[in-house]
Amino acid sequence: MNSLIDNIRSDFPILLQSVHGKPLAYFDNAATTQKPNSVIEAISQFYTVANSNVHRGVHLMSQQATQAYEAVRQKIAGFLNAASSAEIIFTRGTTESINLVAFSFGEAFIKEGDEIIISTLEHHSNIVPWQQVCLRKKASLRVIPMFDNGELDLDAYRQLLNPRTRIVAVNHISNSLGTINPIKEMISLAHEKGIPVLIDGAQGLSHGPVDVQELGCDFYTFSAHKMYGPMGIGGLYGRKELLEQIPPYQCGGEMIEKVTFEKTTFNELPYKFEAGTPNVADAIGMGAAIDYLGKIGWDFIRKQEADLLDYATDKLSAIKGVRIIGTAAHKASIISFIINNIHFFDAGTIIDQCGVAVRTGNHCTQPLMDRLGILGTIRASFSFYNTREEIDRLVEAVGKVKELFN
Amino acid sequence: MTIKETIQEIISEFSSFDDWMEKYNYLIEMGKSLPVINEKYKIDSNLITGCQSRVWLHSEYKDGLIFFTADSDAVITKGIVNLLIRVFSGHTADEILSAETEFLDAIGLKDHLSPTRSNGLLSMIKQIKLFALAYKAQQKAV
Repeated sequence: MNSLIDNIRSDFPILLQSVHGKPLAYFDNAATTQKPNSVIEAISQFYTVANSNVHRGVHLMSQQATQAYEAVRQKIAGFLNAASSAEIIFTRGTTESINLVAFSFGEAFIKEGDEIIISTLEHHSNIVPWQQVCLRKKASLRVIPMFDNGELDLDAYRQLLNPRTRIVAVNHISNSLGTINPIKEMISLAHEKGIPVLIDGAQGLSHGPVDVQELGCDFYTFSAHKMYGPMGIGGLYGRKELLEQIPPYQCGGEMIEKVTFEKTTFNELPYKFEAGTPNVADAIGMGAAIDYLGKIGWDFIRKQEADLLDYATDKLSAIKGVRIIGTAAHKASIISFIINNIHFFDAGTIIDQCGVAVRTGNHCTQPLMDRLGILGTIRASFSFYNTREEIDRLVEAVGKVKELFN
Repeated sequence: MTIKETIQEIISEFSSFDDWMEKYNYLIEMGKSLPVINEKYKIDSNLITGCQSRVWLHSEYKDGLIFFTADSDAVITKGIVNLLIRVFSGHTADEILSAETEFLDAIGLKDHLSPTRSNGLLSMIKQIKLFALAYKAQQKAV
């Protein structure tokens, strides 16, 4: 087992670094995962030998770049089991994907008096774009309440679904608490009433397989950098039928069919939503990340991450004064906690000095923190490349925090 | 003691620490010994934005000198505020405005100078200087 982890770790050059003179224990994977050599090389290789603008170039390199770029779209479609690659839109990431849907779906379908449902667990990126639609359209935002353990109240959700509801937007996995939401059930409850559902999959794609057809979701949004790929690229899966009914989000080159000064007609899917020169190099990096995940395999990833979560939960719960925030029955490898009477900023500063990278604060979920009655947490989020030994160092660092502040 | 002298004193205190634990221990002690701010000044308008921890900074003007009191919900932040108060409190607006703040590099707190959302040390210094500027403008107006 350990030599297997050592092999995996050697794929990630950054993990060999030291911080504050100590080996890095990187537990900020929910913010961004590290990149394996194969991803770094794919990007470098593109700029070294293949850089060329995609689509509509007749020269060989442009055609090759186009093929490589479109092959990634195919790969993502396969990864998510989308019915067609025309349902995969490249974006800068989850935030842009949600903004795209909030704007374009909002323009087409949301009017005064309508309702949009989100949940208490949402990241600001899945709150603010909808709030803005509500302001523009005089619609209102309804929020699925949550139990103290970090699970959503599904009975309350059922009550919220009504004939005025236009869309439901919830996350697959809570970035703050790690809760894995029962999205399949939530989608079918909405669909019973003919309401489409957007899933914020920012945390969803790195921990296990996602099959958009099996889930039945209408939109699924994701970021490459949270699944071992580069920053600045991600995507939107959208059901073709819906994508065809909503207007473009941004306008420019690539997304048009014909332009005159009087009128423009738009390109077909997926290009209708991809204005301007795309981020080809990082798309190719994202393709390499999907290949890498395939090489490691979900079985291993899930087993390793579940082991790390269990181990950390046991070890941290055993420390007097530590309280785990978010104890849902189904959790991804994300653990939030607070230490009695010690501010998360103080704790995070000392933990950092011990060479352990965690995140502190409200994790872009201020309404969730308000619901929990706290200002923030210390969050450790694990990847399959982390080890129990690293968790021991976190536990030791928490001990040091207690020693210093109590 | 002038601002410059206080800064020199702090730099020499910090240079005696052998490792980061001693440095943070010192900051924590400084945090714990920060004089208590009058509760009535812990109001939103005294809250400094841009900090992971909440920091309240209050200023008073007496006989041409500016005095600061502060509080924070995080101890390390309180320790840093205490250092800043030690440096800047009890000086004239001109002295505060012309003071250099590079000493924070010298004592190894540069990491805390992140202009983003760390502990907002920059925001604190900016607020201290803004208070000084405001008092200076008031003086001129009189």
